[in-house]
Amino acid sequence: MLKVENINVYYGKIHALKDISLEVNDGEIVALIGANGAGKSTTLKTISGMMRTRTGSITFMDQNITHTESYKLISHGLAHVPEGRRCFLQMTVQENLEMGAYTNQKYTKEGLEKVYAQFPRLQHRRNQIAGTLSGGEQQMLAMGRALMSQPKLLMLDEPSMGLAPILVQQIFDIIKTLHASGTTILLVEQNAEMALRIANRAYVLETGHVAMSGSAADLAQDDRVRRAYLGA
Amino acid sequence: MIQLVETLISGLTLGSIYALIALGYTMVYGIAKMLNFAHGDIIMIGAYAVIVSVATLRLPAVVAILISVAVCTLLGVTIEFLAYRPLRQSPPLTVLITAIGVSYLLQNVALLIFGSEQKSTPRMFQIPDLKLGAVTISGVALLTLGVTAVIMIALTLFINKTRMGKAMRAVSEDKEAAELMGISVNKTITVTFAIGSALAAVASIFFGATYVYIKPTTGSMPGIKAFTAAVFGGIGSVPGAMLGGILLGVLEQLSKTYISTLWSDAIVFGVLVLVLVVKPSGLLGKTVREKV
Repeated sequence: MLKVENINVYYGKIHALKDISLEVNDGEIVALIGANGAGKSTTLKTISGMMRTRTGSITFMDQNITHTESYKLISHGLAHVPEGRRCFLQMTVQENLEMGAYTNQKYTKEGLEKVYAQFPRLQHRRNQIAGTLSGGEQQMLAMGRALMSQPKLLMLDEPSMGLAPILVQQIFDIIKTLHASGTTILLVEQNAEMALRIANRAYVLETGHVAMSGSAADLAQDDRVRRAYLGA
Repeated sequence: MIQLVETLISGLTLGSIYALIALGYTMVYGIAKMLNFAHGDIIMIGAYAVIVSVATLRLPAVVAILISVAVCTLLGVTIEFLAYRPLRQSPPLTVLITAIGVSYLLQNVALLIFGSEQKSTPRMFQIPDLKLGAVTISGVALLTLGVTAVIMIALTLFINKTRMGKAMRAVSEDKEAAELMGISVNKTITVTFAIGSALAAVASIFFGATYVYIKPTTGSMPGIKAFTAAVFGGIGSVPGAMLGGILLGVLEQLSKTYISTLWSDAIVFGVLVLVLVVKPSGLLGKTVREKV
């Protein structure tokens, strides 16, 4: 479904991504794990066109999207929930969701029903300004907003960041539900333990390159991964 | 008492013109995060478009108004495309200086075409004055107030209820997140410039009808005052620009009538400084909360 081949991304002179290649197949949950600054978010940003690669290519659903403008990607079926949620804080919950269906207008009504069924708390707060929501609710809103485009691939950047453990569990349960209903997921997480528990496969990023990759179960058993990321 | 009522009405009229111009400043600032100092000169171009259409081409007033709106809209969009879009990633100071440069360019092009002597705006509206007891309200003032009120209501509905309006609010909050929703930031900025410039054209028509004489530097003063009004109301806030513009106009006329014509600008700007000292984000401005 998604194929990233040998991308190299720079922040000025800093070589942030070094020859990163990865693949996401239809129906998978793939996790990108690694320390702060390893290049996880940069990888997602490059896929969604917010950053540009100097070399290599990105293919999504058999189309080359390496140079596609960011705003066109959502109509290809690629949705990105960015780090820090990035909800429109001065707009209402419902308006935020409507923005998610900006390119998919006809689906707005049905989408709202589905998202509200999935996240009942958002329905209670639908006329509230998003800035008044708690962190967990904002994460739900950001995910709901992305789902309004009916994405084929959902990219989630640190969905558990800054959330209380009970909320982290809730968010991961929701990710599992979304996956079960047919959405393919590319998940960036610092919480490697949780990520490896729900993912099919994972890539471990270290200082801008892929250090290891494999099935999530194998990686969870690997000594190096256990020592570096699972606190074992 | 009669004098007070008449002063208030002329203040509201002048304030409506400021508000129409201020909306252009505030919307562009809210969405493109830049101060378009060429905005005042769009008014001057709009006024010349009316003069040429009516006096030279002998077109009817309605057609002249449409031409003026079309010319300004096109000009605003073209300026954005040629001068500002290439600088999207540049530091704000570069964009600001470019805007000032565009302002001088427009003034000098007008100077080249129309010369430095002032031209008078043809009388376009034959509206009888309204007499309410001892108070007389000019027809132009009534028209200005009525049209401005309709425009403000329409603009508020547009921004709050339509898909494009909501997209504009999304872009003004977070450009990257808006792009991830499939909203084209460039297209949104173009629409913003188009709306702002069209409003400037409307302002130029009323400005010409009220103040009659137009020269190439005509746009500067109302431009600066409208910019001030936008800051006064809270730059980036649409209701703020409306309120700021109207308050500025009323203040200006009150000080002209009751204090001194000479000192009115000093008084208006003095009040403004005081307001900004107490409330730096302007009357309706949002206090920016830094996210941690």
